[in-house]
Amino acid sequence: MSSSPVLAEARHASGGLLRSYVGGFLLSLLLTALSFGLVMAGRVPPGLTFGLITLLAVVQLLVQLVFFLHLGTAPDQRHNTVIFILTALLITTVVTGSLWVMHNANVNMMPMSPALENRSAGG
Amino acid sequence: MSVTYPTQLPAAGAQSASHGHDHAHDDGSRTVLGFWIYLMSDCLIFASLFATFGVLAGSAAGGPAARDLFDLPYVATETALLLISSFTFGLASIALRAGRKEIVALWLVVTFAFGLGFIAMEVHEFTHLVEIGAGPDRSAFLSAYFTLVGTHGLHVTAGLVWLAVMIHQLFAFGLDGVVRRRLACLSLFWHFLDLVWICVFTFVYLRGVIV
Repeated sequence: MSSSPVLAEARHASGGLLRSYVGGFLLSLLLTALSFGLVMAGRVPPGLTFGLITLLAVVQLLVQLVFFLHLGTAPDQRHNTVIFILTALLITTVVTGSLWVMHNANVNMMPMSPALENRSAGG
Repeated sequence: MSVTYPTQLPAAGAQSASHGHDHAHDDGSRTVLGFWIYLMSDCLIFASLFATFGVLAGSAAGGPAARDLFDLPYVATETALLLISSFTFGLASIALRAGRKEIVALWLVVTFAFGLGFIAMEVHEFTHLVEIGAGPDRSAFLSAYFTLVGTHGLHVTAGLVWLAVMIHQLFAFGLDGVVRRRLACLSLFWHFLDLVWICVFTFVYLRGVIV
C-alpha cells in the first residue's frame, strides 16, 4: 500500500468534497429558513402552506442525500442508492397506507349517539 | 498503517492484528454497506412512528393541541444546531480524507458540542412540557409526539456517545483502517439523523402549528 499517490488523490478529491458540504449546508439553511418563514409569516392559506413545506422538506432531503451522504449513480454508490430507493418505497407504503386506512376507519365508523359517546368516554 | 502498531499497548496491538485479518477480506466498503442497510431499517422504525403520529396528531383528548405548545423560534434554533453539527461532521470527513488527525478531532469536538446543545434544548423542551401538564400521558397526540421526537433524541444521544468514543480512539489508535471505517459509519449515522429531523420539524412542529 503506497501512501503518497493515495494522499495526493485524497487532496484532489477534498476540494470537491468541501464544495459539496458547503453547498449542501447553504442550500439546507435556505430551505429550512423558507419553511419556517412560510409558517411563521402565516400569509398563505394552511392547505397551500402544508403543500409547500412538504415540497421544501422533500427537496432538502434530496439535497442532503446527495451533498452530505453522497448518494448517486457512481459505481461505488449504486448499491446504497438502490437500497435507499427500495426503503423509500417501503416508507411511502407504510406511511400513506396507515394514514389512508385510519382515515377511512374514522370516516366510516358507526356514528355514536351523544349519550353512548359520553358513557364510553366516562368509562 | 503498520507503522503505528509497534508504539501501541499490547492489548491494542492484539486488537489491531485481528482487525488486520479482517482487512484481508474487506476494505471497509462492505461494512459501510451493511451499516447503510441498518440505517435503512432504522428508517422503517421512524416511518412507523411518523405514521402513528400522523394518525394520532389530531387526538388531543381535550388537552393542549400542537399550536398551543410548540414554540417555532425555539425549534428553529434546535434545527440550526443539528444542521451545523451535520456540516461540521462533513468538515471532519474532509480532514479524514486528507489524513489530518488533529483537524479531524477538532471538528468532531465541534460536532459533539453542537449535538450536545441540541439534546440540551430538547431535554429542556420535554421537561417544560411535562411541567405544564402536557406530558406523554396527557393525550394520544402527546404520546405519539414524545415517542417520535424522543426516539430521534435517543439516536442523537447514542451518536454523541459514539462521537466521544471515536475522539478517544482517534488518539489511541491513530487514523488506521479500522478508525477510518468506524468514522465512515458514524458519518452516515450523523447525517442520517439530520435527515430524520427535517421530517420532524416539517411534519410535527410546522404542520402542528398550521393545521
